[in-house]
Formats: sequence, C-alpha cells, structure tokens
Amino acid sequence: MFSKGTKRKFSDGDEEISAESLVGARVASSYSLQRQSLLDMSLIKLQLCHMLVEPNLCRSVLIANTVRQIQEEMTHDGSWHMVTEAFCNPGQSPSERLVATEVLCRSREQDAEPKLFSVISYEGCREEEVVADETLCSVSVSDTVSDVCLAGRMGQCWEKSELSGVERDEEALEDSSLGSGEDEEIDTEDEASTKSPKTTGQVFGTFEIKNGSPGPDSALEELFSDVDTSYYDLDTMLTGMQSAPKMGPYDLLDSLAPSHSSPTIVSTPKCRSDLNELDHIMEIIVGS
Amino acid sequence: MFAADSHSLELCYNGLSLPFKMADIISTVEFNYSGELLATGDKGGRVVIFQREQESKNRLLSRGEYNVYSTFQSHEPEFDYLKSLEIEEKINKIRWLPQQNAAHFLLSANDKTIKLWKISERDKRAEGYNLKDEDGRLRDQFRITTLRVPVLMPMDLMVEASPRRIFANAHTYHINSISVNSDYETYLSADDLRINLWHLEITDRSFNIVDIKPANMEELTEVITAAECHPHQCNVFVYSSSKGTIRLCDMRAAALCDRHSKFFEEPEDPSSRSFFSEIISSISDVKFSHSGRYMMTRDYLSVKVWDLNMENRPVETYQVHEYLRSKLCSLYENDCIFDKFECCWNGSDSAIMTGSYNNFFRMFDRNTRRDITLEASRENSKPRAMLKPRKVCTGGKRKKDEISVDSLDFNKKILHTAWHPKENVIAVAATNNLYIFQDKIN
Repeated sequence: MFSKGTKRKFSDGDEEISAESLVGARVASSYSLQRQSLLDMSLIKLQLCHMLVEPNLCRSVLIANTVRQIQEEMTHDGSWHMVTEAFCNPGQSPSERLVATEVLCRSREQDAEPKLFSVISYEGCREEEVVADETLCSVSVSDTVSDVCLAGRMGQCWEKSELSGVERDEEALEDSSLGSGEDEEIDTEDEASTKSPKTTGQVFGTFEIKNGSPGPDSALEELFSDVDTSYYDLDTMLTGMQSAPKMGPYDLLDSLAPSHSSPTIVSTPKCRSDLNELDHIMEIIVGS
Repeated sequence: MFAADSHSLELCYNGLSLPFKMADIISTVEFNYSGELLATGDKGGRVVIFQREQESKNRLLSRGEYNVYSTFQSHEPEFDYLKSLEIEEKINKIRWLPQQNAAHFLLSANDKTIKLWKISERDKRAEGYNLKDEDGRLRDQFRITTLRVPVLMPMDLMVEASPRRIFANAHTYHINSISVNSDYETYLSADDLRINLWHLEITDRSFNIVDIKPANMEELTEVITAAECHPHQCNVFVYSSSKGTIRLCDMRAAALCDRHSKFFEEPEDPSSRSFFSEIISSISDVKFSHSGRYMMTRDYLSVKVWDLNMENRPVETYQVHEYLRSKLCSLYENDCIFDKFECCWNGSDSAIMTGSYNNFFRMFDRNTRRDITLEASRENSKPRAMLKPRKVCTGGKRKKDEISVDSLDFNKKILHTAWHPKENVIAVAATNNLYIFQDKIN
C-alpha cells in the first residue's frame, strides 16, 4: 500500500497517478462495501418479512427487486463471477448465475433434509473464525448463499399470499386443504415458524410431508422448508430454544458478511480448515 | 385559491380550540361530496364522522366548526384459519356515495372486506301505541278500551349507522383502494394484484377487470398500488404500480382490462439513478382532478400532475422533500422509504396538498407556483392563530426557525390529508390527531 512517506524512483506525476488510483480503488471498494451492506440489509428485510404474520406484498416486491438489481450489477462487475466460480458446479457459465439460483436449489432435491442441520448449527461459529480471507471466503460465501436463498425466499414470500389465493377462491375451497404438497409444506412450516412450539405430532407431521416427492418448482420452497424445520428439532423444541432468534439462511449470511466482521487476518491453516467447513456448507446448499 | 393579493399562502385555525384526539392512529380521511361531513377511519376499525355546524351569526371568524356526528365500529379483526393469520381491522379507505336522500352512504374497506354503511338521523319517535306502553311492555288487554293513532313526537337527535351491504371474499391480497364510479351504481376495489368491479346492490359477485398476477409468483416484480375511477367517464379508470407507471383503462374495450389504453411513465433521469430509484418511483396515490382532465400521482419524493392526453411525461412536478434524497439509505433501513403518502386536489384544481414527515404537510399552488410547508402540531397551533410557514434547512447554516434534516421526526408522518370540495378547509391526520384548518377570512 502507498504511504505518504514513500519516495519513489519515478517522477511526481507517477506518484499522483498512483494516489488517484488509490483513491479510486478506495471509492470502488467503499462502493462495493456499501452495495454489499445494502444487499445484506435487503436480505434481512426479506427474511423478516417472511417471518411477519402477513407480509406486505408491495414492500417485499420492492426489496426483492432491489436485491435483483444488486445481483445483476455484481454479475456485470465480475464480483459475482468470482463467487460462483469458487463454489458452484463447474460448467455453469457466469451469465447464467442469476438463473442458476433455481438450478442450485433444484439440485438439492437429491440431498436428504437433515444435512442442513449442520448448516444451522454452524451458525454458532463466530464470524472471526469463518471469515479469514475477506476477498475469497466471506464475500463469496455470503453472496452465494444470498444467491441461493434469494429466489427461494422470494418464492416463499409470495407463496404465503399465494396460499390464501387458493383458499379464497370459492370454487377451490374444498381443494385448498388438499392443495399441492408444496403449499401445504409452506403452510405448516410457516405456521410453525410463527407460532409457539407445536405438538410432537405436528412436528413429525411436518417431516413426513417433506419426504414427499416435490414438483419441479418446489425445490426452492423445499430448500427453505428444510431450513426451517430445523427449528422443530425435538431438542430445540423441548429446551425452549424456540424463543431464540429465528434462524434462516440469512442469519448464516449475516454471520459471514464482511460488513459484520472485523477484518482480522487469521493464520492460513485455520483458514484452510474453515474453508473446508465452508465447502461443506456449500455442498449441502448446492447438493453436489 | 388563497387570497389573490397575498404574497404568502396563509391559513388559520378554524375556530376549533384543539385538534381531535382519536383513540387510534387515523388511517383514512375523506370529505363527502358537499363537504358537510368528514369521515375518518382508524387502525382499530372505527369510523368517526364529523359534521359541520351551520354557520352562526355569533361566530364571525368561523364558517362553522366540525363536531363529532357519528361513531361506529366498521370492521372487526378476523382470523383466517387456513393461514393462521389475523386480518387487520384497520380501515384502509373510506369513500362517500353521493347523497340521494336524507341518509348518507359510505363505503369502508379494510384489507379484505368492503362494507356499505348507511348513516341516518332519527329525531322523532312514535308514541301512543295501542298494544304496548311507553316502556315497550305489552299492555294488559283489559286496559285497552279505546283505539288511538300513534303520534310522532320529537326526540333528541340520534345518528344511526347500519351496515347495508358487505362485499367480502373477493380479494386475496390487501385492498389498497376503492373508488365509486360516476354512474353511482358501481365501484371498483383494488388489491396488490387485482382490481374488481362491483355493483352496489350485489354482494355475492364481482367482476375482475385487472389481473396482473403472474403464473409463477416468483416472476412477480410489480404490484398495483392505487386505483381510481374517472370522475365523469364511467368507463375509464386508472391504476398505478410500484414501478412508477400509471395505466388508464377503458372498460368498453374488453371484459378484462389487462391491456391498457394509455400508459403513463416518465423516463428515468440516468444521472440520479441509484439502487433506490425504483422504490422511490413507486406511486403511493393517484387522484383525478375534479375536472377529469388531469391526474396527480404521489411517489416518495414528489407529486406529479399528468395531462391525460400526454403519456410520456407529467406536465408538472413538485418536490415534496427533496432533502431526503441523500438520506435514502437510512430511510430504507428504517422502512420509512415504504411510507405511502396520499395527495389531494382542492375544489377548483388550482392547488394540491400532500403530507411529509415531522408532521409537516405541503401545499402547492399550481397557478402561482408558490408552495408552503405547514406543521400540524398542538404546540404550534393556537385557536384562530395563523399557522407559521416552516422551512427545512438542507445544509450549511441553519437560520432561526428553520429545522435541520437530521432533527426531523420520522415517526410523525402525515400520510392522509383531505380538502373540502368547495371551500378552503382542509383536514390533516397526524397519527392520532385530526386537524381541521381553514384559510384566513378577509
């Protein structure tokens, strides 16, 4: 890095240019930090709106559009490219990143649900342990997680209202309770996430539904329903941890986001083991 | 609008000593067609109607105060068992019907249900029944010796509100607008994704005239934010969207008005583009002018007047609180950026009014291009005292009486205002308080 006192061999003009580019780099990184923080904030808002009793559809749509916008810009920037290259299935072209959300989530189908428990339990890990190398670990993982979670989360937000659409339609009133499996999943799962601990039967009832074969579009919802069902792990319920702050992919994101972490440089070996654990998370999410 | 020779817009209190303090946060305010009645709806599902006193010779400085006329519970909280969600009783909109007989009718809507209320006066009662006495108890048959005709005796005025129609189960999403058609037979109701057309007499059916719900909800990027019927052409209505566009539709063209007749959108200024551009362009209210020639839209930072004959840009743009543009990130964080401000025209369409933060509200004179910022607060308002214009200091040295942007209270927001259809009397809702102002009388 340049410091004021450093004398260089070349002319002053060169130093000025360097200073300018330094300022430019600072501005650029400040912008990308701001953008990242905006992305994080938006994802948290989307998560919260998912937790609210009745999400305001207009607000959710506007926030989701903002997130999309940031994603698109990051894709064009190339910062998205680096992210997905590191952790996603090789062979996917960078231009398909946004569309890749669905693919990523779909590929989860083969994976068994309980694996995601480890993702949640990973949350307990402090960010300093996980985020070692800012440029690679934290930024990439958080972005990928957000990438993965985004479409599904939005789908979830809309699905809530969507479900009521099924109910409200008088003709379909008889069918609404049967509905499609995915709707029912969301319903019970949302219900559970907003209410006090359910009975054991209901908890396991939820699990049963999860094991059903999902339709092509249900993978997104399934991703989240799986994440949420971890709350209803019998232990969690019995120990009253239900009252703990609701966890979701965005909490994981939170703990990993660079804006939240202090830039501590950790020794390489630790970084490597953390990278392995991140790999593990990504495997689960990506389902490779 | 205001005194023609005055250099500044002036308003003074109308003679009510204090603003009305309501039990709950006011969620809608609306004058009826004559301006004699003012209805408010609140978060608790209550409707309070104020009536203007007849002009009295004693009060020279006042043209007639508004007093409480009727209070009733319009909507109750409901529980949606399938979703395990509560349906809020908050009144989102009230719209009056034109008066056709002695009774008054209004429509009130919460998130899911619209109700038609009849408000009628009773100032006489019948006395002298044959079969029952004054208490209502049946009279002893032996006591009845003669036949008499009951007479109508005057009694204390009683105002009754009764629900005449309940229009339910037609909206999956939250109702944001209702608008009575100029045919006085139909009205439309709009939620986030659909607009329905109702007949006032028929409650079990409505026509869906706009549906923007995508087949796959994950593709949803735009919602309906407001809708209104044209004041004169009963086949025309408009609806605004969260992307800052307005669509004008003609119901004669097709049963489903998914294809608009006109599309109003102002091209974006590329120099002011930010991540918040779309959010602040989202239109929170749309109102036709009384003439029907113009319409006004309110987005987060400005009010725009559109000529219905020109789709590519508004004819007038008024900045409400441009000083907030640099604070958008904080406003996004605290969710204020999603606040939905309403706007209104005065009776002659020469002025428009809208609310802001810190209990400020703004009025714009379209002819003189003058604007004024006023504050609705108990501390600053004394009976019959002129409201002092307020100014927000945007930077640099703050002058005396100016308020800096950072001192603004974003919890005190004026979202709902209404203008008397004929006179310069305005109603301003500031959280729980209803302020009624009138302009200075010469």
